[in-house]
Amino acid sequence: MTYIGLYNYWIVFLLMMTGLYVVIVSTNLIKKIIGLNIFQTSVFILYISIGKVAGGTAPILAEGYKIYSNPLPHVLILTAIVVGVATTALGLALIVRIHSEYGSVDEEKIYQNDPVD
Amino acid sequence: MEALVDLALLALLTVLAIGIVRLRSLFGAAMLFGIYSLLCALIFVVLDAVDVAFTEAAVGAGISTILILSTLSITGARLEVKHSRPLIPFLITAAIGAALIYASLDMPLVGDPNAPANLHVAPEYIEGTRTEVQIPNVVTAVLASYRGYDTLGEVTVIFTAGVGVLCLLSRRRPRRKTTRRGS
Amino acid sequence: MEHHIVLRVVAKSFIPVILLFALYVQFHGDYGPGGGFQAGVIFGSGIILYALIFGLQTTKKVLPQSIIHHMTGIGVLLYAGIGVLSLIRGGNFLDYSVLGATPAAGQHIGIMLIELGVGVTVAFVMVSLFYSFAGYRQKDLDDPAAEDDDEQDSIEKSDQQ
Repeated sequence: MTYIGLYNYWIVFLLMMTGLYVVIVSTNLIKKIIGLNIFQTSVFILYISIGKVAGGTAPILAEGYKIYSNPLPHVLILTAIVVGVATTALGLALIVRIHSEYGSVDEEKIYQNDPVD
Repeated sequence: MEALVDLALLALLTVLAIGIVRLRSLFGAAMLFGIYSLLCALIFVVLDAVDVAFTEAAVGAGISTILILSTLSITGARLEVKHSRPLIPFLITAAIGAALIYASLDMPLVGDPNAPANLHVAPEYIEGTRTEVQIPNVVTAVLASYRGYDTLGEVTVIFTAGVGVLCLLSRRRPRRKTTRRGS
Repeated sequence: MEHHIVLRVVAKSFIPVILLFALYVQFHGDYGPGGGFQAGVIFGSGIILYALIFGLQTTKKVLPQSIIHHMTGIGVLLYAGIGVLSLIRGGNFLDYSVLGATPAAGQHIGIMLIELGVGVTVAFVMVSLFYSFAGYRQKDLDDPAAEDDDEQDSIEKSDQQ
């Protein structure tokens, strides 16, 4: 079973750029967090694609299977997913406090309400 | 056959991502984000990463989505207001994407058993799990035994995030009844 | 959510199964897909489902905040404690081979205990995150000297709007 060359990587880069675009362009803070999560998840697909071995199976030792997919990217991405949810939770808590201080989650309105300079 | 499934799922993922960009309703974006996470979990299963798929489905489609919905409920945000013309960011991200695709032409093909990523430490871990640790799940063995320090750091990060959110969002205890504001 | 009778009945049959599945994933992480993180998140999701359907006050009677705070700390301490136990028994930090009669048995014991620590921490941190977000009331920050009266929390309030 052969894969279509580099197709996985190109789709991953497209998703990464979509996530980055959402982070840069949107002025709504919650949409920025969603964009950041899209970016993170696409990077996970990149790493797991790197670790895929053609003709292999999931890295759980069993009788009759000789080739296993690379388990190391799986371990790294497991850690990364959980750290990602930690940062998302903290970011959303910050957004809730920003809303209670400035009255809005829109960047433009927050800049207008900011008493500094 | 597996390549076809992979192709279809990744194409669906790009449609979802473009949908999230174009939607103005924040509730719709949060729901699409939950579906996005679930599709990523399916892609992980196709790519033989079953532990990762488990975690991504539980965490992405479960916890992340509910936290975003809670934030939407607390702040009362409904629609995104589009302010500026997005031409320059589009050009910047297109340029970065083109550079990344050009850089990926040197990478080994997906599924190559002789890629450098699959050659150095991974066979040692699989063999070591068979002989030293002797449990069937290689990912758990590597996570808990060979890379135990990283997992300790990760648990500490989760704990710190919990404490951080508590510091930001918990209610302050009422002080003595005699000190009331403004009276 | 008192008037959603279907949700309440189905949740009452489902939530014990969800919690049991979380325990299954926790302890079978050695033999199949699973482990501490997945089990912790599934357990947290079960408790969050209970809180969504039956209300935050009821859930706080089942799992009060003090238990949550203590258990998150106990999870991390369990993990680091296994490392220190390995030090006491003569190996390196987090070297499980010295924990049992044979190195393989020691690895089994070490992996099971630290996965338990990870699962406990992740489960109770997820529940604590949900408590923080769902129990957030703007007026608590405006007037912290106000009395503690049992009003509805923010999710129930927006449910009725």
